[in-house]
Amino acid sequence: MEESPYLPTAANARWRDFTSAAVTGVLVVCALFVIAPLFLVIYFLLKQGASALDWNFFTQLPRPTGVVGGGMANAIWGTITLLVLAAAFGVPLGVLGGIYLAEYGSDRVNGWLRFSADVLNGVPSIVWGMVVYLVLVVPFKTFSAYAGAAALGLMMIPLVMRTTEEVLILVPQSYREAALALGVARWKMIMVIVVRTALKGIATGVIVAMARIAGETAPLLFTALGNNFWAHSLKEPIAALPLQIFAYAISPYDDWHRQAWAGALVLMALILALNILVRVFSRDRRHIS
Amino acid sequence: MATTSPAVAPKPADAARVATSAPPAGLGGQQAESEVVAFDIKNFSLWYGPRQALQDVTIKLPAHKVTAIIGPSGCGKSTFLRALNRMHELTPGTRLEGSLHHFGQSLYGPNIQAQAIRRRIGMVFQKSNPFPTMSIAENVLVGLRLNGVRDRAVLQSRLEESLRMAALWDEVKDTLNRPGTSLSGGQQQRLCIARSLAVQPETLLMDEPCSALDPIATAKIEDLIQTLRSKYTVVIVTHNMQQAARCSDRTAFFYLGKLIEFGETRKIFTTPSRPRSEAYVSGRFG
Repeated sequence: MEESPYLPTAANARWRDFTSAAVTGVLVVCALFVIAPLFLVIYFLLKQGASALDWNFFTQLPRPTGVVGGGMANAIWGTITLLVLAAAFGVPLGVLGGIYLAEYGSDRVNGWLRFSADVLNGVPSIVWGMVVYLVLVVPFKTFSAYAGAAALGLMMIPLVMRTTEEVLILVPQSYREAALALGVARWKMIMVIVVRTALKGIATGVIVAMARIAGETAPLLFTALGNNFWAHSLKEPIAALPLQIFAYAISPYDDWHRQAWAGALVLMALILALNILVRVFSRDRRHIS
Repeated sequence: MATTSPAVAPKPADAARVATSAPPAGLGGQQAESEVVAFDIKNFSLWYGPRQALQDVTIKLPAHKVTAIIGPSGCGKSTFLRALNRMHELTPGTRLEGSLHHFGQSLYGPNIQAQAIRRRIGMVFQKSNPFPTMSIAENVLVGLRLNGVRDRAVLQSRLEESLRMAALWDEVKDTLNRPGTSLSGGQQQRLCIARSLAVQPETLLMDEPCSALDPIATAKIEDLIQTLRSKYTVVIVTHNMQQAARCSDRTAFFYLGKLIEFGETRKIFTTPSRPRSEAYVSGRFG
């Protein structure tokens, strides 16, 4: 048995074990480097932010500096408002665009669309803010929640569009054929069979896009502006967590710094909750529309 | 994308003959004493881009019979089948010539909708493909629902009827709300057959429906094909010559995009008239 030419020699085997262990070790270290920032972020947020987090933080408006207490209720609510508004027009447009790319567009048109979407994805977020400022803020002579949501929603469209396209392409052709062979109209086949099969993937793409924009500050600077009080209508400037964090973090006051950390912690938690919520929601919805 | 060349209109004499012999489309045609023609195909050629996949095929497929299409891989038999309900149009760059009529009605023409044709000519695919997001019941009924049927009583009766016709009812009647994909491979294929039958087509095209199934599941589908013959016209593409011999009335042998021989299955398998078909059915090539 030991004569078999297929068995490694002892030296050979030792070398293999060594390289195997070495490469595994390098990969483990790389993996640790990848996930370490996440834990660092969570660690610092908890360490710095948890102490300033209390019930008041979620229920009260910001107080002037020096006055104890106060919270970011308006900013939390503002961020949620902005996200919902942005998604309300960013998601449908993005998803429909993705459907067009995956199911309808010709190669030539698609090439241009993809290129445009990729360029848009690369547009710095502050540029979005400036464009919306010119289009929605200057003519109406007021900063507003609408303008902020427009800037965020515009950023979502190319993101959602490309991820939607990618997951739709993954739906096997055999499902499309099976539906068409039943004499089903093409658009119904796409909506009920293809989109539903890919719903989880689309939802994931939407979450990724929302998580991306939830933390955006720059597009809101000249659009939503921020507000230390409740916004009474969507036509008024509105507070948002990232704006509030930004304003507090660059202030010279220690209690505002603590509040900024708490705000960052809440923003993280919000994004995390968003992820979990939509995943649960998209897991099993099985009923024919 | 639309590649239909204007179909040659049926010759008047021909159309008249079909009109007298074929039952009106949509009624499904219950009796078939003499030879009712389901598909009347003349000088049919099809190209994928520059490559010609079918050459000058002229054939009349009988109604309420099972026609098997055999031939080696790449002979064009699947292409032929897919052209019968215009599924080939999903492949970009196809072009065709010739005339195809289904119960006297042209399949290709300026105002003919593929969607309408596919309602009358259903298709079962090689690999079972129940929709993964739907239950067994939803899979069967999806064609009806997406075509606007809302009546619960109709849906309920069609559900049972289709599953019984597909010989699946007894196995799934208590688990209709489980996912279609939870069934075994053979059951899934019968579910797909039930799904096709639910929209009440006149003709069922089957593209190697058993090639992914074990012998027991295959036997069930073959039995099923025998019962389907009473209500439907069945055209089945198969690689398995025993299957063609077992379950078909007519057999068409394709080779290199041409129809070599077409006739009674018994005759094709016992006394084929062309040397090429004889060599193929006796297993000497292909």
